[in-house]
Amino acid sequence: MSSNQNLLVKLNKAGFSLNNKWLVKGVSLQVEKGKIVTLIGPNGSGKSTTAKIALGIYKKIDGSVEKYTNKVGYVPQKISIDWTLPLRVNDFMVLTENLNKETIDEALSLTGVIHLKDKNLGDLSGGEFQRVLLARAISKKPELLVLDEPVQGVDFTGEIALYELIKKISDELNCGILLISHDLHTVMSATDHVVCLNGHVCCSGSPMDVAKNNEYKALFGEQASQILSRYEHRHDHIHTDQGEIKKN
Amino acid sequence: MLDDFFIRALIAGIGVAIVTGPLGCFVIWRRLSYFGDTLSHSALLGVTLAYSMEFNIAFSVFIISSLIALTLIRLQKRTNLPGDALLGLLAHSSLAVGLVVIGFLSFIRFDIMGLLFGDILAVTVDDLLIIWIGGALILLVLKLIWKPLFASTVNYELAEAEGLNPDRAKAIFTILMAAIIAISIKMVGLLLITGMLIIPAAMARNISSSPQKMMMYSIIGGLLSVILGLFSSLEFNTASGPSIIAASLFLFILSLLKIKQSIKLKN
Repeated sequence: MSSNQNLLVKLNKAGFSLNNKWLVKGVSLQVEKGKIVTLIGPNGSGKSTTAKIALGIYKKIDGSVEKYTNKVGYVPQKISIDWTLPLRVNDFMVLTENLNKETIDEALSLTGVIHLKDKNLGDLSGGEFQRVLLARAISKKPELLVLDEPVQGVDFTGEIALYELIKKISDELNCGILLISHDLHTVMSATDHVVCLNGHVCCSGSPMDVAKNNEYKALFGEQASQILSRYEHRHDHIHTDQGEIKKN
Repeated sequence: MLDDFFIRALIAGIGVAIVTGPLGCFVIWRRLSYFGDTLSHSALLGVTLAYSMEFNIAFSVFIISSLIALTLIRLQKRTNLPGDALLGLLAHSSLAVGLVVIGFLSFIRFDIMGLLFGDILAVTVDDLLIIWIGGALILLVLKLIWKPLFASTVNYELAEAEGLNPDRAKAIFTILMAAIIAISIKMVGLLLITGMLIIPAAMARNISSSPQKMMMYSIIGGLLSVILGLFSSLEFNTASGPSIIAASLFLFILSLLKIKQSIKLKN
């Protein structure tokens, strides 16, 4: 079956508990090559936990995870880096895999932070650091990208550009993406499959299906539902860091 | 040339400094200085066992320190005591047991000061072999586990998510710590080994901008400390360990001047 060949990671009724409390329970989802699966849900609904289950960071889980690739790029939601380590952006880029200079430069240019290459990680702003994290994750040309709120702290125009980039990467590399995002506009315009979490899967399906779902409406409100169904705007260009416009 | 005790001490010290440089950086990055202390305190027990069973000191220390390290890891999983309490518990109890065992071995003459603070007169040609061969092995293994160890030092979850097996790297690094303590105990003495690991690396942190540079400066700092320390030990007839550590402290203070300069630049 072709869908099985494309399968990258599959969760079967997966759950994780900490100190006798379920963080998330009974999640089934799968990510395939070239597809973007987005997790949405309120704070504390288990989105990051689900991502960590899929990545194999949490090992003592309920249910099961089948992972079919080792080429993984991960942008965590929270990352604390110990500043006792003198670490430049360039050192950070080759953290988990050795890359040549061209590959590093290309990834940093794509996320608009090539000029920060020799800066110390500790000296970056939140948004700059987020762009470096994304560059690092895509630079190794992964088969599976797990992006946990990848554009937090990025300025408004940057946010749109980075989401466009994520979509482009998914198409070009044919990699599967598990995305966690609060930006419903983006979710609905670029996502193939939406999983709405609230400690469990409250609903899932295509963006349009989810938008019509009553549980979703209860969770996010009527307005959010309208955003989804109304969203049809498409960009034919991207904005670079210097404010130029590039045609897709 | 190797007949001269001072030349032997110098060669031994240089070997030790080349290995403690990179390892010390990891000790600082991973916040393991008290872990190093615990292992080196337990080394006394290893030494006494070596004497009582006429076994090689370095091997015996390596085995005891590894056992203590593994015990610590198990205790951390099984008890609710905080990490520092466990470290203190193991450090002082193994030191105490070591001293009690020494009491029983009254038929052997012990140079306690030499054990605690190092003794350059005691370095034999065999010790040189152990230091250089053991040191080369330690560096080789460190190179092999570099990627997962360094990545998980920066961020555990990234390393785990991207398939680098950080737990295995951590376990291997623990064994390397036991090994470096085993090979440097004669030179620096068990009370000061952690100083040899930390102080040159701390000095290097002050003046370096990348992990690789920090390792290089840490090795250079260690080498300078050994050379300076051993010469002054010879000159002033002081114990080798404290002299080397005092020399490294001197270098650390010099490196603070560089920090002061760069802070001025920023303002």
